[in-house]
Amino acid sequence: MADAKKYDVIIIGGGPAGLSAGIYTARARLSTLLIEKAAVGGQIINTSQVENYPGYAEGIGGIELTQAMHQQAEKFGAETLYDEVVGLEINGKDKVVKTPQGDFVAKAVIITGGAERQKLNVPGEDTFSGKGVSYCATCDGAFFRDKAVAIVGGGNAAAVEALELTKFATKVTLIHRRHELRATKIVQEKVLTDKKINVLWNTVVLEIIGEKLVKQLKLRNVVTNEESTIDVSGVFVAVGSQPATGYLKGLVTLDAVGAIVTNEKLETNVPGIYAAGDIRSGSIRQVVGAAGDGAVAAINAGKYISG
Amino acid sequence: MSKPTEVNEAKFDEMVLKAKTPVLVDFWAPWCGPCRMVAPIVDELSDEYDGKVSFMKLNVDDNAGIASKYGVMSIPTLIIFKDGQPVSNLVGFRPKPELKKSIDTALAG
Repeated sequence: MADAKKYDVIIIGGGPAGLSAGIYTARARLSTLLIEKAAVGGQIINTSQVENYPGYAEGIGGIELTQAMHQQAEKFGAETLYDEVVGLEINGKDKVVKTPQGDFVAKAVIITGGAERQKLNVPGEDTFSGKGVSYCATCDGAFFRDKAVAIVGGGNAAAVEALELTKFATKVTLIHRRHELRATKIVQEKVLTDKKINVLWNTVVLEIIGEKLVKQLKLRNVVTNEESTIDVSGVFVAVGSQPATGYLKGLVTLDAVGAIVTNEKLETNVPGIYAAGDIRSGSIRQVVGAAGDGAVAAINAGKYISG
Repeated sequence: MSKPTEVNEAKFDEMVLKAKTPVLVDFWAPWCGPCRMVAPIVDELSDEYDGKVSFMKLNVDDNAGIASKYGVMSIPTLIIFKDGQPVSNLVGFRPKPELKKSIDTALAG
């Protein structure tokens, strides 16, 4: 352990929660390491226009917003390491963060690993992944110019992506298992009045059918149990996300869906380990919430360190 | 430092299909978030496989014909070409070790 590098604070995850935490800890002159497994930005990098982040009246791209946050954290001295955290252990008062590149030690850890997109888990989904099945409307919408597509889900992601898809597709069918959307009202209004979007309520996808590419969806109405098919060239999956907490089982308390349970200081059951953003139980799953969480966790981590 | 080269529809035949060494083509677009995640990894791989594999980037926005010819409907997609034929097709963000494995398999095959 002699060669493990030591920091005041290690932040796991480089989405808005982790970046905001990094701005606060680095600016408080706490030595800070931010570990990100892919690239900074988190889930919001798939959103082309963020309309509800305060201060940007005209909206701002998810990539642009988080790149600015990253610059801000690095400006105050936060370091960034690109690797995956595979374990977290307690050694006395030290917290040991394990990565394939070795161990890193910190006095306090802020976990902001976010959430990962859930799959539909129906036949055909894996077969046609990249051949009509997509998990990112912003990325792949343009491949479906002048074609009919479907989007599955009823939350904000599904609703916003349905609107995004209308820029390219001739027709967008939104398939939702409930009888109302969970998306923000203003987004719901846009979806429900858009002439290109047709909503199928109380409906689930049973199977994705095609030859080389996606051709049809087999559906079932969960109220009437009636089955049907629709012809589409693409199906976009936006059925929610799952907190990425697999490696934390047995260390910090998780709720029924695997999100981290915290108190009002955003501290977990382990003193000095905090959770912020979508990975935290009760998160509002908004960029502004993640940024707020990051600040709360960072300030309390600072108090914990100074004892 | 060896960096990926930009390739387009007009040069695709000469730079990719008729290349003597295997070529990895990164199909991307500026509006694609995960593409920006893959880009730094592709840059690193380009360095590590210098001389063995050529790395190229193709903007699907400007070169829709090539993307459609190779059935690219989701980006990022990385396709490895060997002797003018696509031999490996990787859709979506993949961590570096997985990409290296695919490149090594394509080189050995």
